[in-house]
Amino acid sequence: MRIFDPHIHMTSRTTDDYERMAAAGVRALVEPAFWLGQPRTNAGSFTDYFDSLIGWERFRAGQFGIRHHCTIALNPKEANDPRCREVLTVLPRYLAKDGVVAVGEVGYDSMTPDEDEVFAAQLALAIEHELPVLVHTPHRDKQRGTERTLDLLKESGISRGRVVIDHLNEVTVDLVAGTGCWMGFSIYPGTKMSPSRMAAILSRYGLARMLVNSAADWGRSDPLLTRRTGEAMLAAGFTDDEVDQVLWRNPVEFFSQSGRLDLPAAGQPAATFAGNSILRGGG
Amino acid sequence: MTGGNLSKTLKDLASDPAWLADPAWLADAIRRVERCPAAAAGLFPAVGRRCGRGPLPDPGPGLADWTVDDAARVILLAAIPLSGTALAEQLGLLYRYGDAAEKRAVLRALPSLDVGDSEVELLHDAIRTNDPRLVAAALGPYASHLDDEMWRQAVLKCVFMDIPLRSVAGLTERADRELGRMLADLDEERRAAGRTMPADAVALLAHVARLRDTEEAG
Repeated sequence: MRIFDPHIHMTSRTTDDYERMAAAGVRALVEPAFWLGQPRTNAGSFTDYFDSLIGWERFRAGQFGIRHHCTIALNPKEANDPRCREVLTVLPRYLAKDGVVAVGEVGYDSMTPDEDEVFAAQLALAIEHELPVLVHTPHRDKQRGTERTLDLLKESGISRGRVVIDHLNEVTVDLVAGTGCWMGFSIYPGTKMSPSRMAAILSRYGLARMLVNSAADWGRSDPLLTRRTGEAMLAAGFTDDEVDQVLWRNPVEFFSQSGRLDLPAAGQPAATFAGNSILRGGG
Repeated sequence: MTGGNLSKTLKDLASDPAWLADPAWLADAIRRVERCPAAAAGLFPAVGRRCGRGPLPDPGPGLADWTVDDAARVILLAAIPLSGTALAEQLGLLYRYGDAAEKRAVLRALPSLDVGDSEVELLHDAIRTNDPRLVAAALGPYASHLDDEMWRQAVLKCVFMDIPLRSVAGLTERADRELGRMLADLDEERRAAGRTMPADAVALLAHVARLRDTEEAG
């Protein structure tokens, strides 16, 4: 089983996780820029984080033969803090980078006017930089947040096929299924989807434009739930090829729209990055 | 290799661009940077995608470990029509916001640019990282501007990180007894732990021991 996890926050994970992910079949991933639990208080705190996503974390993943890509944005929660707003002015520098394959996570947290403004500004940046968009849907008031997201996308003029709306569930998937947007599902213990419920959604809605991710981060989460979902699909009667479509070909197709995916050629073992200082311990 | 020699090797490369995936793109990027140096902010990151990232085929002298994007980026930097502090400011921004490949190219370009010793802070930044690509690039010819203490620490860090010592410009000429003492101490720690030193570090240690013997005999 080859796996592309299209949404995972590796900054919060250990080398043990990278090892287990590589052993489970994860060969590529996308790490969206998001909040870190502890709120940031200035733009410099963001740029150091973005540097880590385009530099150190890519390097760390490479030690385990995993191709690391990221998305860059001012996230909706911190969009409400005026001290962080300045980060919008440096986003164009980061959106030009090799490892950046989308603008994200953008979207809504509490659906404030500030969030509207920052979301719209970043959709315009995505169009300008010819990048796809990864949209976070809120944990609270998720249905209304998903509807408001679709309204804003329409106003922005961005092509729906270049947008993934993430963290969907049995209730919100219906709002997105007919829109042409891609549908993202986070398999996350407790608060989001489970492997068996995901397999049931795939049986009902089909496999097209479906992305499955672990969204593993600093909360209680599990980077192997992509693999567990593949196993649940097989148990539900899906074929190996159908599992490959959902866990590999779909995310490759979506993020290839950036023109920047860098994946090992089919059939080749993934080479590790130059140098090996992580495997030995720090320098 | 001196900055002047590096510039000549790069000029030769630029005159026959068959090694580039998209020579027209680089030619256009050079024209845009010549007109407006700030345009480098968007062009510099795109070099790998447009020109290629593989090893430089048939590299000239001093470019043994260079990649295609390294050479293309250094050529692009050489086109910036600025000097002194104005050039240093542009380089500082490209390095500050660069990913590892971009940072490495800035480091590799330093000996061939008109910046004197003003960019030695970029070397300090690279040596503080834990990325072997940056630590190695910081020890090219421009490292002649590092003071001896920092230079020795950086060489020792290369040994610790398993970075091949052929990355260190002028190594045997600059290696001194103090570096020898530091390597011998590391060797002692490694032996105590049942670990070994890389072969090139063992050879360097032997080289420094011969220096000491010669000095003492003389």
